[in-house]
Amino acid sequence: MNAHAVDAHDDHDHHGPDKGLMRWVRTTNHKDIGTLYLLFSLLMFFVGGAMALVIRAELFQPGLQFVDPNFFNQMTTMHALIMIFGVVMPAFVGLANWMLPIMVGAPDMALPRMNNFSFWILPFAATMLIGTLFVEGGGPAAGWTMYPPLVLQGGKSFPMLIFSVHLLGISSIMGAINIVATIMNLRAPGMTYMKMPLFVWTWFITAYLLIATMPVLAGAVTMLLTDKYFATSFFSAAGGGDPVMFQHIFWFFGHPEVYILILPAFGIVSQIIPTFARKPLFGYASMVYATASIAFLSFIVWAHHMFTVGMPVVGELFFMMATMLIAVPTGVKVFNWVSTMWRGSMTFETPMLFAIGFVIMFTIGGLSGLMLAMTPIDFQYHDTYFVVAHFHYVLVPGAVFSIVAAVYYWLPKWTGHMYDEKLGRLHFWLSTIFVNVLFWPQHYLGLAGMPRRIPDYAVQFADFNMISSIGAFGFGLSQLLFVVVVFKAIRGGQQATDQVWEGAEGLEWTLSSPPPYHSFSVQPEIK
Amino acid sequence: MTKFTKVVAVIFGLITAATAQADWTMNMRKGATDISHDIFDLHMIVLWVCVAIGVLVFGVMIWSMIYHRKSRGYEASDFHESTLVEIVWTVIPAVILILLAIPAGKMLIDIEDSSNSDMTVKVTGYQWKWEYEYPEEGISFFSNLAASSREAAGLKAGVNPATVDHYLLEVDNPLVLPVGKKVRFLLTSNDVNHAWWTPDLAIKKDAIPGFINDMWATINEPGIYRGQCAELCGRDHGFMPVVVVAKTQEDYDAWVAEQKGAAAAKAEEADKEWSKEELMTKGEEVYNTSCASCHLQTGEGIPGVFPSLIGSPLTIGDSIDEHIDVVLNGKSGTAMQAFGNQLDDAELAAVITYERNAWGNNADGDDKQIVQPSMIKAKR
Repeated sequence: MNAHAVDAHDDHDHHGPDKGLMRWVRTTNHKDIGTLYLLFSLLMFFVGGAMALVIRAELFQPGLQFVDPNFFNQMTTMHALIMIFGVVMPAFVGLANWMLPIMVGAPDMALPRMNNFSFWILPFAATMLIGTLFVEGGGPAAGWTMYPPLVLQGGKSFPMLIFSVHLLGISSIMGAINIVATIMNLRAPGMTYMKMPLFVWTWFITAYLLIATMPVLAGAVTMLLTDKYFATSFFSAAGGGDPVMFQHIFWFFGHPEVYILILPAFGIVSQIIPTFARKPLFGYASMVYATASIAFLSFIVWAHHMFTVGMPVVGELFFMMATMLIAVPTGVKVFNWVSTMWRGSMTFETPMLFAIGFVIMFTIGGLSGLMLAMTPIDFQYHDTYFVVAHFHYVLVPGAVFSIVAAVYYWLPKWTGHMYDEKLGRLHFWLSTIFVNVLFWPQHYLGLAGMPRRIPDYAVQFADFNMISSIGAFGFGLSQLLFVVVVFKAIRGGQQATDQVWEGAEGLEWTLSSPPPYHSFSVQPEIK
Repeated sequence: MTKFTKVVAVIFGLITAATAQADWTMNMRKGATDISHDIFDLHMIVLWVCVAIGVLVFGVMIWSMIYHRKSRGYEASDFHESTLVEIVWTVIPAVILILLAIPAGKMLIDIEDSSNSDMTVKVTGYQWKWEYEYPEEGISFFSNLAASSREAAGLKAGVNPATVDHYLLEVDNPLVLPVGKKVRFLLTSNDVNHAWWTPDLAIKKDAIPGFINDMWATINEPGIYRGQCAELCGRDHGFMPVVVVAKTQEDYDAWVAEQKGAAAAKAEEADKEWSKEELMTKGEEVYNTSCASCHLQTGEGIPGVFPSLIGSPLTIGDSIDEHIDVVLNGKSGTAMQAFGNQLDDAELAAVITYERNAWGNNADGDDKQIVQPSMIKAKR
């Protein structure tokens, strides 16, 4: 009796969370911080989504019905910034926070206080970014790529944009350092690098991409800042600078950033498919090497975003071939997933549905990426809706679907309750149908010649734009269902077992559902 | 006609009738140059390669999803690696990519070779219009969005875009080129980055301030080819179309002669004394084409971005000299560009007069607020 009482005392007073709001403000617990990241990301998903709906509402018909072109440009700019820096990146960091310590058999992240700080920077950075919409002249309107000289014409929103990008970058770098430190130092005895689950591997590599490229972005935007306010001319030809140099520096960050947004997704899908195929992942080692190859290649392909700036032909040839090369390791991944499914014993619960949706639609985005890689034809595709369709296929049914799949997959573990499977499947089918209604016609629009980032268009583009807008509203509304499912599971539902899924393997399934406040206080042994 | 095709035709007819000028173009245009045809062909090859890969991969997946499911009692096997298979599906895609890269590389080298051209046109991007210069002929002019499109493109303009001829794809002065000649385009910009693109000429290239890019095209058939700016360049990025009119050599020569005559007539206009009514009428026209994108037709501008011209210290009182200076030379560090080389003396005088007298800026009808072309000439 005595021993029991002492245990309970320890749990509640010394190692348990604070009560009320301060629990969340002061927390250094990886699960609490993971939850904060995920909720923040969910909120931003609807903020960024609302902006997308403003865009699609204006594009529903030719002519200007709702907003001024200047505000339209603010919406396209803010939608991208919020979806990238406010939704997809924080969601992946949230998943990493929740799952990495558990998956490597650690009690918590390696640097818990920095963990708290890296999250709490985010709400302030996001508030400053969204706040630009309320200053004189409105938000930034030069596109998320912030190309000078256009971005330098920005008004009061300009410095706020720069500082919020700085803050978001600091937060990302701290998160990445924490992840590297956790993976390198806190793995359970016996867990060698080549025994780590793939989600851990892909995040390990992603963290290095973040550490390598975020400072580059910070440097680029700082140069913008000094060009505007301190009379430097890094990017002004009149002062001996070069506006194209910004694009090189930006995309040196921007292309690895693309993989920052997709490598963790590869990891998630590589966890989920074996579980529901009841069969080990095919080609574990080649998955790791393919991820590393993609990460390496991502540093030498940046200029394929700027084939039309007028590069020397040798440069164009190099960037074309390097970019096409990425199709090889990416193909290996897709083939491995398909082989994992092959002769498995599959069931199709919601996480598996989203994972399969990911594989199919990400591959479609990958194939259009191959088309875009080929410089001569890119001269036609560049800056049209074909590009918009391409990157939304890899980011929405790609990155976002993987995040949703991960939430469904681990939600029973997190909350201890099974989610509503029927609603989950409904969410999947609505999302999949509408996301294709939304983005598939944009391929046609781009091929027919509609440039991106325009608030109004010639009448021959009217039909597909209308279809696309209908898809957008359908997709947006379907996501409300996700909120319902998640909050229903948080509040209650059928008790989840520790194992949760029949075919699941890995350390996270050895813990109780929900897991104890400190994950592994005794390190597990890995054979 | 079978019953089925009739039904399809009726449905199709209904859809097209409902959407007026709209069409359902789903593919790239073949275009009007040899290069554009090559690009189209390569596009189709890559497209079919992608379709084939997709069918193969998704076919295997779907087969697996149908047959290898637990509900059919399928037992999972345990295979999970094979070096041979991994090598095969690394090498085969690599070979396919090399086979695609070879024709693409050749084509690229061809596209980038603008040597031995027959004529040169300089294209300069402005917020938000294009300037075309023919250095050999001494012709230059600006190409703005057509007035019919501009009127229909206002926020809640109440004009159905479907009733406007080539809505957003029509300009006042198109670029005129001869067919069968290798035309070299020199591209640059006066303010921010733009990109000059006509899908039928296939190549898109950025116009960047301080740098000159080049590209070339040999148009095969006479015709009108339409495109748009393809690089975000600010508020009216969607409203600066490119229209290229390709003519036979004869028609082109006639057009060149006509342009040279028109320039002489224009120079004469600038020297005469204008009445206030003439200046106001012309000024409103110039204002709506060149100024209203930012300062709006009402003169109110957009607070924090584009200043209001109503009651501004620059547009009322004794500020004529400063006003002329700003319009002529622009204001550095802002989006206000120098109009000195875009508008002639008469147009500048008219638009400045308009700005100083419209919107109640000169309620007393003070005659000192009238600017004559000669005053502009003196300031240049």
